Amino acid sequence: MGDQNPEKMLVKGNEALAMAAIDAGCLLYFGYPITPQNDIPEYLSKHLPPLGGEFIQAESEIASINLLLGASATGKRAMTSSSSPGISLMQEGISYMAGSELPGLIVNISRSGPGLGGISPSQGDYFQATRGGGHGDYRMIVLAPSTIQEMYDLTILAFDLSDKYRNPAMILGDALIGQMKEPLLRRRPEKIDLPPKDWALTGAKGRKPNRLKSLYLQDGELSEHNWKLYQKYERMKREEVRFETLLTEDAKLVVAAFGSMARVSKSSVELAREEGMKVGLFRPITLFPYPEKALHDLSKRVKRFLTVELNTGQMVEDVKLSVDRDVEVYFYGRPPGSLPTPEEILEEIRKYYG
Amino acid sequence: MELVFKRPECLIDVPFHFCPGCHHGIAHRLVAEAIDYFKIREKTIGVASVGCSVFMYDYFDIDVLEAPHGRASAVASGVKRARKDRIVFTYQGDGDLGAIGIAEGIHTANRGENITLIFANNGIYGMTGGQMAPTTLLGQKTTTSPYGRDFTYDGYPIRMAEMLATLEGSAFVARVAVNNPANLMKAKKAVRKAFQMQIEEMGFSFVEFLLACPTNWGLSPLEANRRVEEEMIPYFPLGILKERKMADYL
Ligand SMILES: Cc1ncc(C[n+]2csc(CCOP(=O)(O)OP(=O)(O)O)c2C)c(N)n1
Ligand code: SF4
Ligand SMILES: [Mg+2]
Repeated sequence: MGDQNPEKMLVKGNEALAMAAIDAGCLLYFGYPITPQNDIPEYLSKHLPPLGGEFIQAESEIASINLLLGASATGKRAMTSSSSPGISLMQEGISYMAGSELPGLIVNISRSGPGLGGISPSQGDYFQATRGGGHGDYRMIVLAPSTIQEMYDLTILAFDLSDKYRNPAMILGDALIGQMKEPLLRRRPEKIDLPPKDWALTGAKGRKPNRLKSLYLQDGELSEHNWKLYQKYERMKREEVRFETLLTEDAKLVVAAFGSMARVSKSSVELAREEGMKVGLFRPITLFPYPEKALHDLSKRVKRFLTVELNTGQMVEDVKLSVDRDVEVYFYGRPPGSLPTPEEILEEIRKYYG
Repeated sequence: MELVFKRPECLIDVPFHFCPGCHHGIAHRLVAEAIDYFKIREKTIGVASVGCSVFMYDYFDIDVLEAPHGRASAVASGVKRARKDRIVFTYQGDGDLGAIGIAEGIHTANRGENITLIFANNGIYGMTGGQMAPTTLLGQKTTTSPYGRDFTYDGYPIRMAEMLATLEGSAFVARVAVNNPANLMKAKKAVRKAFQMQIEEMGFSFVEFLLACPTNWGLSPLEANRRVEEEMIPYFPLGILKERKMADYL
């Protein structure tokens, strides 16, 4: 049972995300301006204060992530958003959050790199998001929306998963998803049961003091801590994987793509079907935990995969790791600059369909 | 017999790990006394920095959060914005606040965050083994200024208190030392005042401590104490640099 009277509206992806944060009960935002995500802080700077929330335009993304770390430590929902170069600056803080087992939402409406790169859409931050990014052996929950509705729904999910696992979560979008307008059904979420935040720092009243830290120097302590984190990541892999499939039942070739590239690829799959080719789409929604088992199962039937990405080849590694050994994994990549058209991807499909 | 020396209630009854003659323990004690004085133990959240004082949570019987190196003031700002009715303080070394975290420190003061920063200036990187700090005095030998700090290479020691006092956002700024009983009493008053400012929601409060690090200065505890008087205080003058009155708001 969701919201009985959902609001229908036409909004930008970034705005949908900001609305979702508020609807998820996040009234604390910290961030530093960077294109193409400025609609998020702009929206929240307007809407948080009247709700009794806090908006800080920080002096840097280093400050933003640490403001988030502090706010999350008190048990309140909080977030930051940025784009690629800013997310690079946050990596140390994200590692500390993972190490101290702190929730919190980090939004990356990514742009292109390396370096200052450009502001065009890119999926060049896949490795950074899914491989840790910061130092140490940790993982972050990463969700990749491909519609405006998902910008809203997955943001709410990200807060829930982040609290459930006491782990930072990321929404990984790009300029396309952030700037595009689409209809949104704003169904405010029902409260779900989450573990109590008895670890939060609220002042040691009527209880022993709580300590949140990532430094472990006693013999064996840190190794134990790392195994505990590992168990948590394993549980995420078992319980939190999300993905979408389209026309895979009879498919001879499956296109694997996430986020904005999955949108374009969907059109290409439909065009291929019109030509009589049995082509399907596999779209990971959680980039960590990655839907490796689902892909593996699929690869028992489908022996050709075409991974399409807006970079020179990152997620393709996860596809290769997931599928059966006798499967051919092809790759079509597009470095930043322009998006491929559905016809261009269709051309690739024809090439590998056989 | 009258009990004259009592452990503050919010300090846990364990020995400090600090080296003999280290002043960190004294500064910890003064902070603990202020928390006791205002009876705010149950609503105080401390933010530890990375340095010799990182183990703050082993000593203070309060909720403590550990910040990445240099980020304590941003972390504390986040805590305070989320829980405005709590008392929040950081305890940061000179490397932590004066070097790697100087941007966060300045902007926290400039935003007038209603928190208290305790700045432990010992003119050295204690924890990492005695490297040069932004507050290392000219001519002072450290493991990374083996010929003595030379301003043509390393610049000048930074006076954090003076710098933060120039910002409109700061409400209370003081510099203290604990090298003799008279200075200790003034330090105690300054820390108390800093917490009082926060309780009264006057804005950002800052107390810089000049602390001895005998180990990395290569001196005995007594010599280190003397060095605070003879070398540090002349460059880092003690006193209250700024104190905002309620009337300033009216
Ligand atoms: C990002 C990062 N860089 C460097 C370090 C190593 N480090 C730990 S403590 C410290 C300096 C501590 O000096 P200070 O802040 O003056 O504290 P003290 O030990 O003197 O009390 C450094 C450089 C670190 N932990 N993290
Ligand atoms: S190294 Fe210096 S600052 Fe650190 S505990 Fe020893 S005396 Fe104190
Ligand atoms: Mg120091």
